[in-house]
Amino acid sequence: MTITTTPVRPVDPAPAGTAPRHLRARSVARAEWIKLRSVRSTWWTLAAMAVLTVGIAAIAGATIPGRWASMSALDRLTFDPTHVSLQGLLFSELVIGVLGVLVMSAEYGTGTIRATLAGVPDRPLVLAAKAGVFAAVALVVGEVLSFVAFFVGQTLLTSPATHATLGEPGVLRAVVGGGLVVAVLGLLALGLATVIRHTAGAITAFVGLLLVLPIVIQALPTSINQAIGKFLPLNISDTMITVHHSALASPALSPWAGFAVLCAYAAVALGAGGWLLTHRDA
Amino acid sequence: MIEVEGLTKRYKDTVAVDDLSFAIRPGQVTGFLGPNGSGKSTTMRMIMGLDAPDAGQARINGVPYRQLGIPLREVGALLEAKAIHPGRSAFNHLRYLAVSNDLPTSRVEEVLGLVGLTEVARKRVGTFSLGMGQRLGIAAALLGDPGVLLFDEPINGLDPEGILWVRNLLKGLAAEGRTVLVSSHLMSEMALTADHLVVIGRGRLLSTGSVAGFIAESSQQFVRVRSPRADDLRRALVARGATVVKEADGALTVSGLTLEAVGDVAGAAGAYLHELSLQSASLEEAFMEMTRDSVEYRGELTAPSDGRPLADATASGK
Repeated sequence: MTITTTPVRPVDPAPAGTAPRHLRARSVARAEWIKLRSVRSTWWTLAAMAVLTVGIAAIAGATIPGRWASMSALDRLTFDPTHVSLQGLLFSELVIGVLGVLVMSAEYGTGTIRATLAGVPDRPLVLAAKAGVFAAVALVVGEVLSFVAFFVGQTLLTSPATHATLGEPGVLRAVVGGGLVVAVLGLLALGLATVIRHTAGAITAFVGLLLVLPIVIQALPTSINQAIGKFLPLNISDTMITVHHSALASPALSPWAGFAVLCAYAAVALGAGGWLLTHRDA
Repeated sequence: MIEVEGLTKRYKDTVAVDDLSFAIRPGQVTGFLGPNGSGKSTTMRMIMGLDAPDAGQARINGVPYRQLGIPLREVGALLEAKAIHPGRSAFNHLRYLAVSNDLPTSRVEEVLGLVGLTEVARKRVGTFSLGMGQRLGIAAALLGDPGVLLFDEPINGLDPEGILWVRNLLKGLAAEGRTVLVSSHLMSEMALTADHLVVIGRGRLLSTGSVAGFIAESSQQFVRVRSPRADDLRRALVARGATVVKEADGALTVSGLTLEAVGDVAGAAGAYLHELSLQSASLEEAFMEMTRDSVEYRGELTAPSDGRPLADATASGK
């Protein structure tokens, strides 16, 4: 930097009359969009999502035709080409969760939250703008990756393996729904981070909910396992990207009922976060 | 205009700010002075609406912070140096703040120029020195051209040139008719920068008034006198009602009489003088005297019982 003693000069007066008199939700959302795209971690996480999700679809698609002959008759019968191509979305769900956590926890970790709230003291508006912008990004990225993974996977699933087309029953729902689940899980992570305010803690909570809780519930007696297992985010997500439901061993909610439950989880996390954000000291 | 009325903040069993009331007027630099841990930052966060008070209220231009229409047009604040995402550029940090308050992006370039960061505007804040971070924080405070400005320890981490720059900036902003509140734990710095003082200790108001008044009121003056006939002189001075302390070097420290009166007494007593001088306690001493009972952490000056050297026993607060 240049070391200068800049003389103080009168700052230009604000253009009175032309400017709005209150904060506008659109402007606060634009500010959140600038924040999201002006840190490199956003681009790194989105790139990681793309590589992992499409990469797994490509690997599965490329190897299954060669293994087809050695697969059992039952495996061939229940083969779900849509699910095989979309299973990499699990990585998208994990990574979008990390990004959703960072969007909020980085503000606390770095102290930026105080600059943010000094600029916009309407805290529910800050959270709404953050969640809205992040959800839009997560939805676009989730849908694009879901479709790309599907098409890459189906292109590579050549004879003798079977492949799916978007026109078949349930396939479009699985592909569109896969992207939706990514976005909603991202919002759930953002809500958890608003409650917990620490990066490590919030990521642990999110991963615990998504991946560790299913292992814990698996260990419980079958009756309990079957009663509550269907409400697990991981199972809801898997049901959404599955077309041949006979392949599922445990009872499951219907894809859209499960999605509604997932939305409720995100809403509860964001609601609790919003309440705490408003009532706690920054 | 900043008004604080009965402001109180408790953290579990400690009271950080205790029934604090004061008003900060425009057109002058007001120094917010207190030892470390006296509640300055907590008070400023409550003024900014970041922390909620347990009792009382803080108002800016007559309303609580959260009710300001376009906050950055009315208030600018530097609360913490480098409380900025290290991965974001200086330009983008200011840009999102400007956009959130519908301020023109041209203001971002203007304030970057004002604080001398134009050349590093696109660099990530993580690469900045503490001083550059302070300048960026000041740029953010000036973004909306606000009439009320709060600076929490703005000279921390600045080199002498930076300190001079901040001092002139604060005076310039006040001269433009703005309300300027600047916190510091350094009395000497405030004596150079501020016109008015609000002094707190342990969250309580200790004193408020002009800097000149504070100096006159709290700095004691005394006369130092040296004479080969010190004992005779002392008796004569005490007889005139003065308080006299004999120093280790044989000099007398006299309070309660003017310099001239001490000279007259010495002449009448026939005591030759080797020194006659007026001494005044420094501002820093006056400040320490005022806040002596309200310092949160104090250096231990007595030798510990385990016989360790005295120097090792000096522990102080942050």
